[in-house]
Amino acid sequence: MLLAKIYVTLKPGVLDPQGEAVMGGLKAMGYEGVTAVRVGKYLEVQLDLDDPEKAGQQVEEMCRRLLANPVIEQYRYTLEEPAGAGGKA
Amino acid sequence: MKFGVIVFPGSNCDQDVYHALGAVLGQPVDYLWHGDTDVTGYDCLVLPGGFSYGDYLRAGAIARFAPIMPAVIDFARSGGLVLGICNGFQILLEAGLLPGAMRRNDCLQFRCQWTCLRVENNATPFTNRFRKGQVVRIPIAHGEGNYYVDAATLAELEANRQIIFRYCTQDGEVTPAANPNGSVGNIAGIINRKGNILGMMPHPERCAESLLGGTDGRELFASIVDWWQRGERLGA
Repeated sequence: MLLAKIYVTLKPGVLDPQGEAVMGGLKAMGYEGVTAVRVGKYLEVQLDLDDPEKAGQQVEEMCRRLLANPVIEQYRYTLEEPAGAGGKA
Repeated sequence: MKFGVIVFPGSNCDQDVYHALGAVLGQPVDYLWHGDTDVTGYDCLVLPGGFSYGDYLRAGAIARFAPIMPAVIDFARSGGLVLGICNGFQILLEAGLLPGAMRRNDCLQFRCQWTCLRVENNATPFTNRFRKGQVVRIPIAHGEGNYYVDAATLAELEANRQIIFRYCTQDGEVTPAANPNGSVGNIAGIINRKGNILGMMPHPERCAESLLGGTDGRELFASIVDWWQRGERLGA
């Protein structure tokens, strides 16, 4: 088993209205030092695979085809053994 | 001419489009389930508004992989008329049938209101009953209609007259204040290069009869029917 932790964010330069709103909120709370906020997505995909290379290829393809929209978004991911793997869940 | 309205789980304007085409325009129209895989026999496919698959992940992203979509993509690529309204537009973008992507509205509000649109190109199967430069009133209802395309693609859209509708004032001026969602160039609707696939955020089915407060939407559907009945077909 492998666990892919995938982060999808808007590309630099693409306006992020959610990020702007969150920054406004933080400033309203008094955090004057905040200069930028970007809101992205975090996904965990569990794979019934042990070969990191094969898993990486699949995750790459999943990101490209569905999880991110390459027109406005970029992605990165890590692959790791799920916590509790091999032991009691 | 025969219309097919594609119903995704979460579509909520399918019945409105069906009513506009069937009851208002008197055209044969069927619902096509997202699980179907065949669109043979239809002259125009409509992807209606709504929240397909809950719009989880991104608007239209999951619908783009519905079982019916390979047939819709083949139909569109071979020149069949396809109209995507609101969520339907988002699905067409995700499917790569139209260029660009949708971001959340820059105001961060779900916008449900009447808008004025300037008809930028009336030489299409979808807009031939309008005059170029005409201001039409069609309502919007969306949270993710902030159309984005990079500068190079925008220049291409402009050069090829693919921008069909822009948000404008009542007098037809394209201003930032008239833009309800922050979309690039005030774009409300675009067509593909060939001219057979239109995507638009405003809802023509919601203003297809006077009972609904306006009839400009009816003219869009009537344009399609007129164009078809005149026997016009698009070149390669």
